[in-house]
Amino acid sequence: MIQRLFAAAAVGSLGLVFASLAVGYSEQYSLRPLAESYVRLVPLELGAPNVITGILLTYRGFDTLGEVAVLFMVAAGVGLVLSRQPARGRASTKMRSDEASEIVRTGAEILVPLICIFAAYIIMNGHLSAGGGFQGGAVIASGVLLTLLVFPQYQPNLEFLSIAESIAGALFVLVGVAGLITAGGFLDNRIFPLGQFGAFFSAGAIPLLSALLGIKVGCELSVILERFRPQKR
Amino acid sequence: MISHVVLTTGLLLILIGLWGLLTHRDILRIIIGFSLMGTGTHIATVAIGYVSNGTAPIIDRTLDVSQAASRVVDPIPSALVVTAIVIGMAVTAVMLAFAIRLYDSKKTLSIDAFMDSKW
Repeated sequence: MIQRLFAAAAVGSLGLVFASLAVGYSEQYSLRPLAESYVRLVPLELGAPNVITGILLTYRGFDTLGEVAVLFMVAAGVGLVLSRQPARGRASTKMRSDEASEIVRTGAEILVPLICIFAAYIIMNGHLSAGGGFQGGAVIASGVLLTLLVFPQYQPNLEFLSIAESIAGALFVLVGVAGLITAGGFLDNRIFPLGQFGAFFSAGAIPLLSALLGIKVGCELSVILERFRPQKR
Repeated sequence: MISHVVLTTGLLLILIGLWGLLTHRDILRIIIGFSLMGTGTHIATVAIGYVSNGTAPIIDRTLDVSQAASRVVDPIPSALVVTAIVIGMAVTAVMLAFAIRLYDSKKTLSIDAFMDSKW
């Protein structure tokens, strides 16, 4: 009971702070100077219609690289924590390992290719419309999750996933270094010609970086999903 | 106006998550509390970036380059939240992995069973 009182006091005082924030907040009527320069410069300098992708992959590309490193670390960490399983044999005998029902199986067979195509669409149009590497990678992982749920016997090739992920990561850094040599700085997208504004092959290296990021995120999330399955001995 | 509603929703979600975090004894519920707090932070961050009557910062037929700066919402919070969502997912994955290991060691998910972790 006394614990609940303490919790209520903590939540209540934080609520007071938040209330003062919410009351004092007023909607902005124009962009702040940094945002305004981003909105102005991304179409001009980078040739990307989607300002957010331009910020993520070029102006804050280093940030994105660090984040991808965090994802890699998490995939490795989850593997480390879940790899030594003393009592997992019991869990797998309890787990029903029979196939999913006919309806679910047929639905998955139709949906998984569509999900993959949709993921490729999201990734490759990241510089033109809403989307990009992270979102598309998450969609790929949702397809993998569906496959894992429907076909319990299916064993993704973890070696292939980790090799594809490593190659994508190395190429991402190499594109960044190429920007350092031939363009304005690390992860500068102007190592390739900018092309026509709004065309599919435009915005320099951004589609390439998007694709690499999508492959990397998709592989990492798939590895994490696979690790969470009870291992069969 | 709309960003006030969204901001309040986000802040309320943070409070709900914190309350769940502090009062529940089940590790899975604590993880859900963490996720709620994270989601609330994302919503509040996006709400702060809203500009009155702004549209998405994507330049196409209906949004000309020349008038973009006066008609779009702030792209920076959106870019930061894309990053934050992925990191939040990763943190949740690590927490769930540890929850599985804790369950393996004690066969329960109540944190009352894990009093002996001080060594």
